[in-house]
Amino acid sequence: MEFEQNLRVCQHCQHHHRLTAQIRVDWTFDENSFVEHDTGLSSVDPLSFPDYGKKLEQMQAKGETHDSVLSGTATIEGLRVSTAVCDFAFIGGSMGSVAGEKITRALERGIELRCPVVIFCASGGARMQEGLLSLMQMAKTTGAVERCRAEGIPYIAVFTDPTMAGVLASYASVADVIIAEPKALVGFAGLRVSKQAGVGKVPDDFQTAEYVLKHGMIDRIVSRKELRATLAGLVRTLGGHLLHSEAGA
Amino acid sequence: MAKDIAKTHKEWEKPLLELEDTIAKLREAARREADPVKQANYIEKAETYQEQCNRYVKLMYSNLGDWEKVLVARAEKRPYTLDYIQSIFNGFIELQGDRNGFNDNAIVGGPAEFNGRPVIVLGHQKGRNIQDRQMRNFGMAKPEGYRKAIRLFEMAERFRMPVISFVDTPAADPGVESESRGISEAIAAAMLKMFQLTVPTVSVIIGEGGSGGAIGIAVSNRVLMLEHAVYSVIPPEGCAAILWRAPERAPEAAEALQITAKSALSLGIIDEIVSEPEGAAHRDPAGASDLIKEAVVRHLDELLKLSPAELHADRHAKFRKLGKFAETL
Repeated sequence: MEFEQNLRVCQHCQHHHRLTAQIRVDWTFDENSFVEHDTGLSSVDPLSFPDYGKKLEQMQAKGETHDSVLSGTATIEGLRVSTAVCDFAFIGGSMGSVAGEKITRALERGIELRCPVVIFCASGGARMQEGLLSLMQMAKTTGAVERCRAEGIPYIAVFTDPTMAGVLASYASVADVIIAEPKALVGFAGLRVSKQAGVGKVPDDFQTAEYVLKHGMIDRIVSRKELRATLAGLVRTLGGHLLHSEAGA
Repeated sequence: MAKDIAKTHKEWEKPLLELEDTIAKLREAARREADPVKQANYIEKAETYQEQCNRYVKLMYSNLGDWEKVLVARAEKRPYTLDYIQSIFNGFIELQGDRNGFNDNAIVGGPAEFNGRPVIVLGHQKGRNIQDRQMRNFGMAKPEGYRKAIRLFEMAERFRMPVISFVDTPAADPGVESESRGISEAIAAAMLKMFQLTVPTVSVIIGEGGSGGAIGIAVSNRVLMLEHAVYSVIPPEGCAAILWRAPERAPEAAEALQITAKSALSLGIIDEIVSEPEGAAHRDPAGASDLIKEAVVRHLDELLKLSPAELHADRHAKFRKLGKFAETL
Protein backbone atom coordinates (compact mmCIF):
# COMPACT_ATOMS: atom_id res chain seq x y z
CA MET A 1 0.00 0.00 0.00
CA GLU A 2 2.15 2.74 -1.34
CA PHE A 3 -0.62 5.29 -0.82
CA GLU A 4 -0.88 4.44 2.89
CA GLN A 5 2.88 4.49 3.30
CA ASN A 6 2.85 7.91 1.79
CA LEU A 7 0.33 9.00 4.47
CA ARG A 8 -2.49 9.21 1.92
CA VAL A 9 -0.69 11.87 -0.02
CA CYS A 10 -0.81 11.39 -3.78
CA GLN A 11 2.73 10.79 -5.02
CA HIS A 12 1.99 12.45 -8.31
CA CYS A 13 0.11 15.60 -7.38
CA GLN A 14 0.91 15.79 -3.66
CA HIS A 15 -2.78 16.00 -2.89
CA HIS A 16 -3.33 15.47 0.83
CA HIS A 17 -6.40 13.26 1.19
CA ARG A 18 -8.58 13.69 4.24
CA LEU A 19 -7.87 11.49 7.26
CA THR A 20 -10.21 10.18 9.91
CA ALA A 21 -9.46 11.41 13.42
CA GLN A 22 -8.22 8.00 14.51
CA ILE A 23 -5.73 7.69 11.64
CA ARG A 24 -4.56 11.23 12.30
CA VAL A 25 -3.88 10.32 15.90
CA ASP A 26 -2.07 7.11 14.90
CA TRP A 27 0.13 8.90 12.41
CA THR A 28 0.94 11.93 14.56
CA PHE A 29 1.63 10.76 18.07
CA ASP A 30 4.01 8.24 19.60
CA GLU A 31 2.85 4.66 19.24
CA ASN A 32 0.15 3.70 21.74
CA SER A 33 0.59 7.00 23.57
CA PHE A 34 -2.88 8.35 22.84
CA VAL A 35 -5.43 8.04 25.61
CA GLU A 36 -8.91 9.10 24.64
CA HIS A 37 -10.78 11.36 27.10
CA ASP A 38 -14.35 12.61 27.25
CA THR A 39 -15.60 9.29 25.85
CA GLY A 40 -18.99 9.55 27.52
CA LEU A 41 -20.10 12.64 25.59
CA SER A 42 -22.75 12.34 22.93
CA SER A 43 -24.90 14.75 20.94
CA VAL A 44 -28.56 15.23 21.68
CA ASP A 45 -31.14 16.89 19.47
CA PRO A 46 -31.99 19.94 21.59
CA LEU A 47 -34.09 21.70 18.94
CA SER A 48 -35.78 18.60 17.49
CA PHE A 49 -34.27 19.77 14.24
CA PRO A 50 -35.49 18.08 11.01
CA ASP A 51 -33.66 14.78 10.44
CA TYR A 52 -30.94 15.51 13.00
CA GLY A 53 -31.97 12.83 15.48
CA LYS A 54 -32.07 10.30 12.68
CA LYS A 55 -28.65 11.36 11.43
CA LEU A 56 -27.14 10.98 14.89
CA GLU A 57 -28.64 7.50 15.21
CA GLN A 58 -27.20 6.51 11.85
CA MET A 59 -23.73 7.65 12.92
CA GLN A 60 -24.08 5.75 16.18
CA ALA A 61 -25.14 2.64 14.27
CA LYS A 62 -22.01 2.93 12.13
CA GLY A 63 -19.98 2.82 15.31
CA GLU A 64 -19.02 6.49 15.12
CA THR A 65 -18.98 7.28 18.81
CA HIS A 66 -16.70 10.26 19.23
CA ASP A 67 -18.92 12.77 17.38
CA SER A 68 -16.90 15.23 15.28
CA VAL A 69 -13.98 15.54 17.70
CA LEU A 70 -11.67 12.93 19.18
CA SER A 71 -9.95 14.28 22.29
CA GLY A 72 -7.32 13.03 24.69
CA THR A 73 -3.71 13.11 25.72
CA ALA A 74 -0.68 11.73 23.93
CA THR A 75 3.05 12.16 23.55
CA ILE A 76 4.92 13.38 20.52
CA GLU A 77 8.62 12.50 20.46
CA GLY A 78 8.18 11.78 24.13
CA LEU A 79 6.63 15.15 24.97
CA ARG A 80 3.20 15.21 26.55
CA VAL A 81 0.38 17.12 24.85
CA SER A 82 -3.33 17.53 25.21
CA THR A 83 -5.01 17.11 21.86
CA ALA A 84 -8.27 17.28 19.97
CA VAL A 85 -8.75 16.08 16.41
CA CYS A 86 -11.75 17.00 14.29
CA ASP A 87 -13.33 14.30 12.20
CA PHE A 88 -14.77 15.60 8.95
CA ALA A 89 -16.46 12.26 8.38
CA PHE A 90 -18.89 13.02 11.22
CA ILE A 91 -21.51 15.46 9.85
CA GLY A 92 -18.85 17.50 8.10
CA GLY A 93 -16.79 17.87 11.25
CA SER A 94 -19.37 20.42 12.33
CA MET A 95 -19.11 21.96 15.79
CA GLY A 96 -22.13 21.41 17.98
CA SER A 97 -22.30 21.23 21.76
CA VAL A 98 -20.21 18.04 21.99
CA ALA A 99 -17.44 19.25 19.70
CA GLY A 100 -17.34 22.60 21.51
CA GLU A 101 -17.18 20.86 24.86
CA LYS A 102 -14.37 18.52 23.77
CA ILE A 103 -12.28 21.31 22.28
CA THR A 104 -12.83 23.32 25.47
CA ARG A 105 -11.85 20.41 27.69
CA ALA A 106 -8.77 19.68 25.58
CA LEU A 107 -7.63 23.27 26.09
CA GLU A 108 -8.44 23.12 29.80
CA ARG A 109 -6.58 19.82 30.09
CA GLY A 110 -3.52 21.63 28.80
CA ILE A 111 -3.85 24.03 31.74
CA GLU A 112 -4.46 21.21 34.23
CA LEU A 113 -1.56 19.07 33.04
CA ARG A 114 0.69 22.04 32.26
CA CYS A 115 1.35 20.81 28.73
CA PRO A 116 0.92 22.26 25.22
CA VAL A 117 -2.30 21.75 23.30
CA VAL A 118 -2.39 20.56 19.69
CA ILE A 119 -5.68 20.77 17.80
CA PHE A 120 -6.29 19.44 14.30
CA CYS A 121 -9.12 21.35 12.63
CA ALA A 122 -11.32 19.81 9.94
CA SER A 123 -14.78 21.26 9.84
CA GLY A 124 -17.39 22.88 7.67
CA GLY A 125 -18.23 25.19 10.58
CA ALA A 126 -20.86 25.37 13.29
CA ARG A 127 -23.48 22.59 13.36
CA MET A 128 -26.63 24.38 12.30
CA GLN A 129 -28.81 21.54 13.60
CA GLU A 130 -28.10 22.75 17.14
CA GLY A 131 -28.88 26.35 16.28
CA LEU A 132 -27.68 29.03 18.67
CA LEU A 133 -26.09 26.45 20.94
CA SER A 134 -23.56 25.83 18.17
CA LEU A 135 -22.91 29.54 17.75
CA MET A 136 -22.17 29.70 21.46
CA GLN A 137 -19.49 27.02 21.07
CA MET A 138 -17.51 29.59 19.11
CA ALA A 139 -17.45 31.80 22.19
CA LYS A 140 -16.96 28.93 24.62
CA THR A 141 -13.91 27.50 22.84
CA THR A 142 -12.41 30.96 22.35
CA GLY A 143 -12.84 31.58 26.08
CA ALA A 144 -10.79 28.45 26.76
CA VAL A 145 -8.03 29.74 24.46
CA GLU A 146 -7.98 32.96 26.46
CA ARG A 147 -7.48 30.99 29.67
CA CYS A 148 -4.62 29.04 28.05
CA ARG A 149 -2.97 32.31 27.10
CA ALA A 150 -3.29 33.64 30.62
CA GLU A 151 -1.71 30.43 31.94
CA GLY A 152 1.16 30.33 29.46
CA ILE A 153 -0.04 27.15 27.82
CA PRO A 154 1.05 26.99 24.15
CA TYR A 155 -1.70 26.10 21.71
CA ILE A 156 -0.90 24.94 18.19
CA ALA A 157 -3.61 24.56 15.54
CA VAL A 158 -3.27 22.54 12.36
CA PHE A 159 -5.69 23.51 9.59
CA THR A 160 -6.50 20.43 7.56
CA ASP A 161 -8.94 20.21 4.70
CA PRO A 162 -11.38 21.90 5.26
CA THR A 163 -11.19 24.47 8.06
CA MET A 164 -14.14 26.77 7.61
CA ALA A 165 -16.64 29.25 8.99
CA GLY A 166 -17.54 28.94 12.69
CA VAL A 167 -14.48 26.86 13.50
CA LEU A 168 -12.10 29.11 11.61
CA ALA A 169 -13.75 32.18 13.15
CA SER A 170 -13.25 30.93 16.69
CA TYR A 171 -10.68 28.75 18.44
CA ALA A 172 -8.81 27.88 15.23
CA SER A 173 -7.71 31.39 14.35
CA VAL A 174 -6.47 32.43 17.79
CA ALA A 175 -3.90 29.66 18.23
CA ASP A 176 -0.37 30.73 19.13
CA VAL A 177 0.92 28.97 16.03
CA ILE A 178 -1.10 27.98 12.98
CA ILE A 179 0.08 25.34 10.54
CA ALA A 180 -1.85 24.22 7.49
CA GLU A 181 -1.62 21.19 5.24
CA PRO A 182 -0.99 21.99 1.58
CA LYS A 183 -4.06 23.02 -0.42
CA ALA A 184 -6.39 22.70 2.57
CA LEU A 185 -9.59 24.70 2.12
CA VAL A 186 -9.51 27.55 4.65
CA GLY A 187 -12.20 30.19 4.63
CA PHE A 188 -14.99 32.07 6.34
CA ALA A 189 -17.97 31.82 4.03
CA GLY A 190 -18.75 28.73 2.00
CA LEU A 191 -18.75 29.49 -1.70
CA ARG A 192 -22.50 28.91 -1.87
CA VAL A 193 -23.03 31.60 0.76
CA SER A 194 -20.58 33.96 -0.93
CA LYS A 195 -22.33 33.52 -4.25
CA GLN A 196 -25.73 34.14 -2.68
CA ALA A 197 -24.30 37.34 -1.23
CA GLY A 198 -23.27 38.34 -4.72
CA VAL A 199 -19.52 37.91 -4.39
CA GLY A 200 -18.13 38.13 -7.90
CA LYS A 201 -14.95 36.69 -9.32
CA VAL A 202 -12.58 35.19 -6.79
CA PRO A 203 -8.82 34.56 -7.06
CA ASP A 204 -7.81 31.08 -8.28
CA ASP A 205 -6.28 30.14 -4.96
CA PHE A 206 -9.12 31.72 -2.94
CA GLN A 207 -9.70 30.11 0.46
CA THR A 208 -6.73 27.77 0.28
CA ALA A 209 -3.89 27.28 2.74
CA GLU A 210 -1.62 29.02 0.23
CA TYR A 211 -3.97 32.02 0.03
CA VAL A 212 -4.21 32.52 3.78
CA LEU A 213 -0.43 32.09 4.15
CA LYS A 214 0.09 34.81 1.53
CA HIS A 215 -2.27 37.08 3.46
CA GLY A 216 -0.51 36.59 6.76
CA MET A 217 -3.20 34.59 8.49
CA ILE A 218 -1.16 31.44 9.19
CA ASP A 219 2.47 30.67 10.04
CA ARG A 220 3.46 27.83 7.73
CA ILE A 221 2.29 25.21 5.30
CA VAL A 222 3.75 21.86 6.25
CA SER A 223 3.42 18.65 4.29
CA ARG A 224 2.03 15.66 6.12
CA LYS A 225 5.38 13.90 6.01
CA GLU A 226 7.02 16.70 7.98
CA LEU A 227 4.14 17.56 10.25
CA ARG A 228 5.14 15.33 13.16
CA ALA A 229 8.63 16.77 13.36
CA THR A 230 7.36 20.34 13.09
CA LEU A 231 4.79 19.81 15.82
CA ALA A 232 7.34 18.14 18.08
CA GLY A 233 9.70 21.06 17.53
CA LEU A 234 7.04 23.58 18.46
CA VAL A 235 5.92 21.61 21.49
CA ARG A 236 9.54 21.32 22.64
CA THR A 237 10.34 25.01 22.21
CA LEU A 238 7.11 26.79 23.09
CA GLY A 239 6.42 24.33 25.89
CA GLY A 240 10.00 24.34 27.17
CA HIS A 241 9.16 26.58 30.11
CA LEU A 242 6.56 24.06 31.28
CA LEU A 243 9.11 21.23 31.36
CA HIS A 244 11.50 23.30 33.44
CA SER A 245 8.83 24.27 35.94
CA GLU A 246 7.80 20.63 36.17
CA ALA A 247 11.38 19.55 36.84
CA GLY A 248 11.69 22.22 39.50
CA ALA A 249 8.49 21.19 41.22
CA MET B 1 -48.23 28.21 -0.62
CA ALA B 2 -44.80 29.83 -0.47
CA LYS B 3 -46.08 32.68 -2.61
CA ASP B 4 -48.40 33.79 0.19
CA ILE B 5 -45.56 34.20 2.65
CA ALA B 6 -44.21 37.74 2.80
CA LYS B 7 -40.54 38.18 1.99
CA THR B 8 -40.12 41.65 3.45
CA HIS B 9 -41.50 43.54 6.38
CA LYS B 10 -43.03 46.09 4.00
CA GLU B 11 -44.90 43.36 2.18
CA TRP B 12 -46.09 41.83 5.43
CA GLU B 13 -47.25 45.17 6.82
CA LYS B 14 -48.91 46.22 3.56
CA PRO B 15 -52.55 46.17 4.78
CA LEU B 16 -51.45 48.19 7.78
CA LEU B 17 -49.51 50.66 5.68
CA GLU B 18 -52.48 51.14 3.34
CA LEU B 19 -54.74 51.83 6.28
CA GLU B 20 -52.26 54.29 7.74
CA ASP B 21 -52.01 55.97 4.38
CA THR B 22 -55.80 56.32 4.22
CA ILE B 23 -55.85 57.79 7.72
CA ALA B 24 -53.16 60.29 6.81
CA LYS B 25 -55.13 61.33 3.73
CA LEU B 26 -58.33 61.78 5.75
CA ARG B 27 -56.54 63.91 8.31
CA GLU B 28 -55.00 65.98 5.56
CA ALA B 29 -58.42 66.40 3.95
CA ALA B 30 -59.84 67.45 7.31
CA ARG B 31 -57.09 70.00 7.74
CA ARG B 32 -57.85 71.56 4.37
CA GLU B 33 -61.63 71.43 4.73
CA ALA B 34 -63.34 74.77 5.43
CA ASP B 35 -66.81 73.36 6.03
CA PRO B 36 -66.95 72.34 9.72
CA VAL B 37 -69.58 69.63 9.13
CA LYS B 38 -67.51 67.96 6.39
CA GLN B 39 -64.39 68.42 8.47
CA ALA B 40 -65.96 66.67 11.46
CA ASN B 41 -66.99 63.90 9.13
CA TYR B 42 -63.40 63.41 7.90
CA ILE B 43 -62.07 63.41 11.42
CA GLU B 44 -64.63 60.91 12.57
CA LYS B 45 -63.80 58.61 9.69
CA ALA B 46 -60.09 58.95 10.38
CA GLU B 47 -60.63 58.08 14.00
CA THR B 48 -62.68 55.01 13.15
CA TYR B 49 -59.92 53.86 10.84
CA GLN B 50 -57.33 54.65 13.47
CA GLU B 51 -59.08 52.43 15.97
CA GLN B 52 -59.23 49.70 13.38
CA CYS B 53 -55.56 50.24 12.64
CA ASN B 54 -54.62 50.01 16.31
CA ARG B 55 -56.54 46.76 16.59
CA TYR B 56 -54.68 45.41 13.54
CA VAL B 57 -51.30 46.40 14.97
CA LYS B 58 -52.10 44.70 18.22
CA LEU B 59 -53.33 41.59 16.43
CA MET B 60 -50.44 41.37 13.97
CA TYR B 61 -47.72 41.90 16.55
CA SER B 62 -49.17 40.01 19.48
CA ASN B 63 -48.35 36.59 18.12
CA LEU B 64 -45.57 36.83 15.56
CA GLY B 65 -44.41 33.62 13.92
CA ASP B 66 -40.68 32.91 13.67
CA TRP B 67 -40.43 34.09 10.08
CA GLU B 68 -42.45 37.21 10.87
CA LYS B 69 -39.93 37.96 13.61
CA VAL B 70 -37.21 37.76 10.97
CA LEU B 71 -39.08 40.30 8.85
CA VAL B 72 -39.66 42.65 11.79
CA ALA B 73 -36.02 42.31 12.91
CA ARG B 74 -34.92 43.28 9.41
CA ALA B 75 -37.47 46.10 8.96
CA GLU B 76 -35.85 49.15 7.47
CA LYS B 77 -37.83 51.41 9.78
CA ARG B 78 -36.52 49.58 12.85
CA PRO B 79 -34.27 51.75 15.04
CA TYR B 80 -30.58 51.08 14.44
CA THR B 81 -27.56 51.39 16.73
CA LEU B 82 -27.01 55.10 16.09
CA ASP B 83 -30.70 55.79 16.80
CA TYR B 84 -30.36 54.19 20.21
CA ILE B 85 -27.03 55.88 20.86
CA GLN B 86 -28.74 59.19 20.09
CA SER B 87 -31.73 58.54 22.32
CA ILE B 88 -30.14 56.73 25.27
CA PHE B 89 -26.60 58.18 25.50
CA ASN B 90 -25.21 61.68 25.93
CA GLY B 91 -22.19 63.24 24.27
CA PHE B 92 -21.30 60.33 21.99
CA ILE B 93 -18.07 60.91 20.09
CA GLU B 94 -17.55 58.48 17.25
CA LEU B 95 -14.05 57.03 16.92
CA GLN B 96 -12.94 55.40 13.71
CA GLY B 97 -10.37 53.22 12.04
CA ASP B 98 -8.51 50.01 12.79
CA ARG B 99 -5.08 51.75 12.86
CA ASN B 100 -4.01 49.23 10.29
CA GLY B 101 -5.06 50.82 7.03
CA PHE B 102 -8.83 50.53 7.08
CA ASN B 103 -12.05 51.92 8.49
CA ASP B 104 -15.35 50.11 8.57
CA ASN B 105 -18.68 51.90 8.60
CA ALA B 106 -20.66 48.79 9.47
CA ILE B 107 -19.48 48.99 13.08
CA VAL B 108 -19.62 52.34 14.88
CA GLY B 109 -18.52 53.18 18.38
CA GLY B 110 -16.88 55.51 20.83
CA PRO B 111 -17.11 57.01 24.31
CA ALA B 112 -20.36 58.45 25.61
CA GLU B 113 -22.22 59.00 28.84
CA PHE B 114 -24.77 56.46 29.89
CA ASN B 115 -26.94 57.16 32.90
CA GLY B 116 -24.37 59.71 34.08
CA ARG B 117 -21.40 57.36 33.69
CA PRO B 118 -18.70 57.28 31.00
CA VAL B 119 -18.95 54.14 28.88
CA ILE B 120 -17.78 52.77 25.55
CA VAL B 121 -20.73 52.12 23.26
CA LEU B 122 -20.51 50.36 19.92
CA GLY B 123 -22.61 48.38 17.51
CA HIS B 124 -23.38 47.31 13.98
CA GLN B 125 -24.92 50.03 11.86
CA LYS B 126 -27.23 49.56 8.90
CA GLY B 127 -28.28 52.23 6.43
CA ARG B 128 -31.79 53.34 5.48
CA ASN B 129 -31.46 54.62 1.91
CA ILE B 130 -29.52 53.06 -0.95
CA GLN B 131 -26.46 55.25 -0.45
CA ASP B 132 -26.39 54.71 3.28
CA ARG B 133 -26.93 51.02 2.94
CA GLN B 134 -23.94 50.76 0.65
CA MET B 135 -21.82 52.93 2.87
CA ARG B 136 -22.73 50.70 5.84
CA ASN B 137 -22.36 47.54 3.71
CA PHE B 138 -25.85 46.47 4.88
CA GLY B 139 -24.52 46.18 8.42
CA MET B 140 -22.04 43.48 7.41
CA ALA B 141 -18.75 44.25 9.09
CA LYS B 142 -15.34 43.56 7.56
CA PRO B 143 -12.22 42.62 9.54
CA GLU B 144 -11.51 46.29 10.17
CA GLY B 145 -14.88 46.59 11.92
CA TYR B 146 -13.95 43.93 14.46
CA ARG B 147 -10.45 45.39 14.78
CA LYS B 148 -11.98 48.80 15.51
CA ALA B 149 -14.13 47.06 18.13
CA ILE B 150 -10.97 45.54 19.65
CA ARG B 151 -9.44 49.01 19.90
CA LEU B 152 -12.54 50.22 21.70
CA PHE B 153 -12.54 47.21 24.06
CA GLU B 154 -8.89 47.89 24.91
CA MET B 155 -9.65 51.51 25.59
CA ALA B 156 -12.55 50.54 27.83
CA GLU B 157 -10.20 48.30 29.80
CA ARG B 158 -7.50 50.99 30.12
CA PHE B 159 -9.88 53.66 31.29
CA ARG B 160 -12.15 51.41 33.35
CA MET B 161 -15.26 52.10 31.28
CA PRO B 162 -18.15 49.63 31.00
CA VAL B 163 -18.90 48.43 27.47
CA ILE B 164 -22.36 48.41 25.91
CA SER B 165 -22.67 46.79 22.49
CA PHE B 166 -25.63 46.73 20.13
CA VAL B 167 -25.90 43.78 17.79
CA ASP B 168 -27.68 44.18 14.45
CA THR B 169 -26.10 42.40 11.49
CA PRO B 170 -27.25 39.89 8.90
CA ALA B 171 -23.75 38.36 8.99
CA ALA B 172 -20.11 39.36 8.80
CA ASP B 173 -19.05 40.38 5.29
CA PRO B 174 -18.38 37.25 3.21
CA GLY B 175 -16.50 38.95 0.35
CA VAL B 176 -13.01 38.50 -1.09
CA GLU B 177 -11.69 41.65 0.60
CA SER B 178 -12.77 40.37 4.00
CA GLU B 179 -11.23 36.96 3.42
CA SER B 180 -7.97 38.52 2.30
CA ARG B 181 -7.75 40.57 5.48
CA GLY B 182 -8.72 37.70 7.78
CA ILE B 183 -12.37 38.14 8.73
CA SER B 184 -12.31 34.89 10.70
CA GLU B 185 -9.30 35.92 12.75
CA ALA B 186 -10.81 39.35 13.36
CA ILE B 187 -14.02 37.85 14.77
CA ALA B 188 -12.16 35.31 16.89
CA ALA B 189 -9.76 37.98 18.18
CA ALA B 190 -12.68 40.26 19.09
CA MET B 191 -14.30 37.46 21.11
CA LEU B 192 -10.97 36.69 22.78
CA LYS B 193 -10.54 40.36 23.68
CA MET B 194 -14.02 40.49 25.19
CA PHE B 195 -13.12 37.49 27.35
CA GLN B 196 -10.06 39.37 28.62
CA LEU B 197 -11.95 42.41 29.83
CA THR B 198 -12.27 43.14 33.53
CA VAL B 199 -14.88 45.89 33.10
CA PRO B 200 -18.64 45.19 32.95
CA THR B 201 -19.98 44.39 29.49
CA VAL B 202 -23.60 44.29 28.32
CA SER B 203 -24.78 43.39 24.82
CA VAL B 204 -28.21 44.02 23.38
CA ILE B 205 -29.43 42.18 20.28
CA ILE B 206 -31.61 44.90 18.76
CA GLY B 207 -32.39 43.47 15.31
CA GLU B 208 -30.57 40.71 13.51
CA GLY B 209 -28.09 38.65 15.49
CA GLY B 210 -26.40 37.10 12.47
CA SER B 211 -24.07 34.26 13.46
CA GLY B 212 -20.30 34.92 13.73
CA GLY B 213 -20.83 38.53 12.78
CA ALA B 214 -23.00 38.95 15.87
CA ILE B 215 -21.13 36.90 18.48
CA GLY B 216 -17.92 38.76 17.56
CA ILE B 217 -19.14 41.70 19.65
CA ALA B 218 -21.57 39.89 21.95
CA VAL B 219 -19.38 38.00 24.42
CA SER B 220 -20.66 39.99 27.38
CA ASN B 221 -21.44 39.49 31.04
CA ARG B 222 -25.07 40.08 30.21
CA VAL B 223 -26.75 39.54 26.87
CA LEU B 224 -30.19 41.07 26.40
CA MET B 225 -32.43 40.74 23.40
CA LEU B 226 -35.30 42.83 22.12
CA GLU B 227 -38.62 41.00 21.98
CA HIS B 228 -38.76 40.91 18.18
CA ALA B 229 -35.04 40.56 17.45
CA VAL B 230 -33.64 37.30 16.09
CA TYR B 231 -30.38 35.52 16.89
CA SER B 232 -29.17 32.67 14.72
CA VAL B 233 -26.19 30.49 13.84
CA ILE B 234 -26.98 30.86 10.13
CA PRO B 235 -29.42 33.02 8.14
CA PRO B 236 -32.65 31.08 7.49
CA GLU B 237 -32.06 31.44 3.73
CA GLY B 238 -28.61 29.88 4.03
CA CYS B 239 -29.92 27.08 6.19
CA ALA B 240 -32.70 26.33 3.69
CA ALA B 241 -30.17 26.39 0.86
CA ILE B 242 -27.97 23.82 2.61
CA LEU B 243 -30.75 21.60 3.94
CA TRP B 244 -33.14 21.57 1.03
CA ARG B 245 -31.23 23.45 -1.68
CA ALA B 246 -34.20 25.82 -1.58
CA PRO B 247 -33.58 29.28 -0.12
CA GLU B 248 -37.28 30.06 -0.59
CA ARG B 249 -38.00 27.65 2.24
CA ALA B 250 -36.39 30.13 4.66
CA PRO B 251 -39.58 30.46 6.75
CA GLU B 252 -39.41 26.73 7.58
CA ALA B 253 -35.72 27.02 8.35
CA ALA B 254 -36.41 29.97 10.67
CA GLU B 255 -38.73 27.75 12.70
CA ALA B 256 -36.31 24.84 12.79
CA LEU B 257 -33.42 27.07 13.92
CA GLN B 258 -35.42 28.56 16.83
CA ILE B 259 -34.15 32.07 16.42
CA THR B 260 -36.52 34.04 18.62
CA ALA B 261 -35.73 35.79 21.89
CA LYS B 262 -37.98 33.33 23.69
CA SER B 263 -35.97 30.36 22.38
CA ALA B 264 -32.66 32.04 23.17
CA LEU B 265 -33.86 32.66 26.73
CA SER B 266 -35.04 29.09 27.22
CA LEU B 267 -31.68 27.77 25.93
CA GLY B 268 -29.94 29.95 28.51
CA ILE B 269 -28.17 32.00 25.86
CA ILE B 270 -29.60 35.39 26.78
CA ASP B 271 -30.32 36.83 30.20
CA GLU B 272 -33.44 38.83 29.52
CA ILE B 273 -35.98 39.67 26.84
CA VAL B 274 -36.53 43.42 26.59
CA SER B 275 -40.17 44.08 25.69
CA GLU B 276 -40.96 46.27 22.73
CA PRO B 277 -43.77 48.83 22.55
CA GLU B 278 -46.99 47.71 20.88
CA GLY B 279 -46.40 47.27 17.17
CA ALA B 280 -42.62 46.82 17.64
CA ALA B 281 -39.73 49.25 18.18
CA HIS B 282 -40.17 51.10 14.89
CA ARG B 283 -43.68 52.30 15.83
CA ASP B 284 -42.36 53.87 19.02
CA PRO B 285 -38.58 54.32 18.99
CA ALA B 286 -38.65 56.53 22.08
CA GLY B 287 -40.61 53.91 23.98
CA ALA B 288 -38.21 51.18 22.86
CA SER B 289 -35.25 53.33 23.92
CA ASP B 290 -36.70 53.76 27.40
CA LEU B 291 -37.24 50.04 27.77
CA ILE B 292 -33.68 49.25 26.65
CA LYS B 293 -32.21 51.90 28.92
CA GLU B 294 -34.11 50.64 31.94
CA ALA B 295 -32.89 47.07 31.36
CA VAL B 296 -29.26 47.99 30.67
CA VAL B 297 -29.12 50.29 33.72
CA ARG B 298 -30.43 47.48 35.91
CA HIS B 299 -27.92 44.91 34.62
CA LEU B 300 -25.03 47.34 34.67
CA ASP B 301 -25.79 48.33 38.25
CA GLU B 302 -25.61 44.68 39.25
CA LEU B 303 -22.34 44.16 37.41
CA LEU B 304 -20.77 47.27 38.90
CA LYS B 305 -20.93 45.57 42.29
CA LEU B 306 -18.45 42.93 41.05
CA SER B 307 -14.67 43.29 41.25
CA PRO B 308 -12.59 43.27 38.03
CA ALA B 309 -11.54 39.66 38.69
CA GLU B 310 -15.14 38.65 39.36
CA LEU B 311 -16.32 40.28 36.12
CA HIS B 312 -13.69 38.37 34.17
CA ALA B 313 -14.57 35.07 35.86
CA ASP B 314 -18.32 35.70 35.53
CA ARG B 315 -18.05 36.11 31.75
CA HIS B 316 -15.96 32.97 31.36
CA ALA B 317 -18.34 30.95 33.53
CA LYS B 318 -21.36 32.24 31.64
CA PHE B 319 -20.15 30.98 28.25
CA ARG B 320 -18.35 27.91 29.61
CA LYS B 321 -21.62 26.28 30.59
CA LEU B 322 -23.42 26.77 27.24
CA GLY B 323 -24.22 23.64 25.26
CA LYS B 324 -26.55 20.68 25.54
CA PHE B 325 -25.27 17.09 25.39
CA ALA B 326 -25.51 13.75 27.12
CA GLU B 327 -22.66 12.41 29.22
CA THR B 328 -22.20 8.95 30.67
CA LEU B 329 -19.27 8.22 32.91
